[in-house]
Amino acid sequence: MTVSPLAAWHDRLAALATVLDVAEVPFRSQLTVRVSDPDAIAAMGSALGVPFPSAACTFASGTGRFGDVEVLWLGPGEFLVTASPGLQVTIEEVSRGALGTVGGSVVDTSAQRTTLVLQGPLARQVLAHGCSVDLHPASAPVGTCVQTLLARTGIVLQVTGEDRYTILVRSSFAEYFAAWLSDACAEYLAVA
Amino acid sequence: MQLIPCPWCGPREEAEFHYGGQAHVAYPGDPSALTDEEWARYVFFRENPSGPFAERWSHNAGCRRWFNAVRDTRTHDLLAVYRVGEPMPEVTA
Repeated sequence: MTVSPLAAWHDRLAALATVLDVAEVPFRSQLTVRVSDPDAIAAMGSALGVPFPSAACTFASGTGRFGDVEVLWLGPGEFLVTASPGLQVTIEEVSRGALGTVGGSVVDTSAQRTTLVLQGPLARQVLAHGCSVDLHPASAPVGTCVQTLLARTGIVLQVTGEDRYTILVRSSFAEYFAAWLSDACAEYLAVA
Repeated sequence: MQLIPCPWCGPREEAEFHYGGQAHVAYPGDPSALTDEEWARYVFFRENPSGPFAERWSHNAGCRRWFNAVRDTRTHDLLAVYRVGEPMPEVTA
């Protein structure tokens, strides 16, 4: 049986509900794509049904043959494709096909990170306890995707809506992140 | 904490970055022809200016790309950042 990285934390995260809705979305398909050629990027975008983001620190989402797919900008010529669980092998094959003979790589990194969705009016305030990136909508509008440190842990943070964030954290750091999050919420739990 | 402007990600905290020493130290054109002393000069000898200094930095916790920065060693001010392969910009310290 496969156990998600935060399986032991689901109850404790659910107990934060008066401050923040926190939910783990485990086992998402994730593929790291390295490609710089604009034509290959466009071909992969149409194969997955999501145009790859062209601007730094943004992500794109769309629906195609693999359902809802998101493509995150991780660096120049580097992207992370995320989709529903169990699709990584097919997406890898299709992406490699779209890449063709152009230099690049598609690697299944699904096990590397687990996904958490944070939602609530206090979400930004709680994240600010450990994350120095300005998440105010004026500087981080919906569609922003940053890699940064949160309480010394490397994370990928997506702004998916108003007061709604998706955080990808390394599986081995997930429990630390959950513990930190519980601690950061503590002061709001007292008054809630 | 000091913010360092990554050429791709914008200003981020210094803790996200890794220092890479002096920039524009070219690899020897014909390494096998170098004497031990010349190798030692290439490997170990670096400028140590008081003032603007071109350095390599890596945005470790972000886009994980190397870039170059001109830093004033007296004030720790970053005077300019530029991508690898670009010439060092003119700075006024």
